[in-house]
Amino acid sequence: MTTTTAQLSLRPPADPTAELPIVPHRRPWRLVAGLAALVLVAQFLHGLAVNPGWDWPTFRAFVFSDSILRAVGVTLQLTAYGTVLGFALGAVIAALRLSGSPILRTIAWTYVWAFRSIPLIVQLVFWFNLAYLYKRIGFGIPFGPSFVSFGTMDLLGALGAAVLGLALHQAAYAAEIIRGGVLAVDAGQLEAAAALGIPRFRQAWRIVLPQAMRGILPNAANEVISLFKGTSIVYVMAIGELFYQAQVIYGRTGRVVPLLMVATAWYVLLTTVLSLVQYRVERYFARGSERTPPPTPWQRLRAAVTEIREKQT
Amino acid sequence: MSSGTAMVEVRGVHKRFGRLEVLRGIDLDVRPGTVTVVLGPSGSGKSTLLRAVNHLEKLDRGYVRVDGELIGYRRVGDKLRELPEREVLKQRTRLGFVFQNFHLFPHLTVLENLVEAPVGALGVPREQARARARELLSRVGLADKADEYPRRLSGGQQQRVAIARALALEPKVLLFDEPTSALDPELVGEVLDVIKDLARTGTTMIVVTHEIGFAREVADTVVFMDGGVVVEQGPPAQVLDAPQHERTRAFLAKVL
Repeated sequence: MTTTTAQLSLRPPADPTAELPIVPHRRPWRLVAGLAALVLVAQFLHGLAVNPGWDWPTFRAFVFSDSILRAVGVTLQLTAYGTVLGFALGAVIAALRLSGSPILRTIAWTYVWAFRSIPLIVQLVFWFNLAYLYKRIGFGIPFGPSFVSFGTMDLLGALGAAVLGLALHQAAYAAEIIRGGVLAVDAGQLEAAAALGIPRFRQAWRIVLPQAMRGILPNAANEVISLFKGTSIVYVMAIGELFYQAQVIYGRTGRVVPLLMVATAWYVLLTTVLSLVQYRVERYFARGSERTPPPTPWQRLRAAVTEIREKQT
Repeated sequence: MSSGTAMVEVRGVHKRFGRLEVLRGIDLDVRPGTVTVVLGPSGSGKSTLLRAVNHLEKLDRGYVRVDGELIGYRRVGDKLRELPEREVLKQRTRLGFVFQNFHLFPHLTVLENLVEAPVGALGVPREQARARARELLSRVGLADKADEYPRRLSGGQQQRVAIARALALEPKVLLFDEPTSALDPELVGEVLDVIKDLARTGTTMIVVTHEIGFAREVADTVVFMDGGVVVEQGPPAQVLDAPQHERTRAFLAKVL
């Protein structure tokens, strides 16, 4: 008798509700909203194609013209110098801010404070006029005689002033980004390296920086892209970068919109390239971490193709 | 006790953090080839003592000698002057330290974790360091994990890698700071087995732990600390089974 009750309690009575098929919730308005958005996109694309105001023939005539290509080169040059010098100086300032010396920490803090406070465009005009303050720049004993000296104008042309301004400005932001990345590394990592007797520089270079890079990279890439577009600000110094050159051409031909599109197309294209580079570099520094970025669309496509091929063989 | 026989010699060590006096005059001798297990309630200063031995903590008073050499300081006249960091780092290569939370380098593979210090700190040729690293990995039973990244391993495996990493410098003394406290219970055994194996081969060790059973089985000396002082020390049969001091009895009653 007891066994039967036990068996009965093990198998619950058949419940008809438990057998019913399960269907997802219907969302008809989602479909409507999607279709409406598609119509708007179609209208925009149609406008791009047929509105004569975009003047695509002029766009085609100038997008690969020598003067524009040369201007793209100048823009890339400004970005490259600004990035390399900015982040190199930024790394030094970050190291000073993390150092044990209160004097160095204060100097680094003051640098960041000053260069984040002054608008970039003001700085650029200021550097451009440096020769007004100092006619010659020399190296020698502080407050004493100098051994070598240069005329400021010779040392610092318009391009030099632009690079200087961009790099000094960038360094302030880069310093904070690098410092943030270093602070995010677990303190136990430094302790473990110290316990193993690894020399100080190697601790920073081999243990801390590679781990800090994970935090630094997304922000650094933001900065590089923003600097890349931000170089357009040096048009105030009449340097022949992309935006300035586009202005020069539409000033001559009066075709404003197509030339703005020429500049836009180049900015978009090169930003896309920078984003792809960022993705690759981030994946490299994610090695060993639990969360790796998902595969790129291209990697996903290749994986799918190999899978299909393997199935066929 | 004469300093000639001790591998690790701790004398009159004091350490305070702000107003809290964590170590209040510690004396301890560890003979070569023996295992010393340090027990005590949390906050008793046992981890701080261990960290003081390899100068991860600076001392306020007293000294630590390893194999006759002052650690972290050198005597200048009637003062103990702190050594430059470069010298301290060199001294630490003779002391292996195993952390509670492993602190493996996550961006380096298991093998690279073991190679980093011999190459970077001692200048051992990379190939030689790699060969030695593989030997050590098979010693802790992880030869097949050489090319994995640490985060892919279980906690027990990570701690065994950390022990192998400490051994890669061929230290004179191994220091363990609660090596099994961060592990799931079923993973504790594999780590203790590795440590027991090292004990059998005559490695000098100081182990801070809560594993009383391990202390009973492996320790030559058990040290019981409370409130920043050594309350009593002696062979496990004495300290664990016939404690002289009331505080020791109270602690053992709680953990056993």
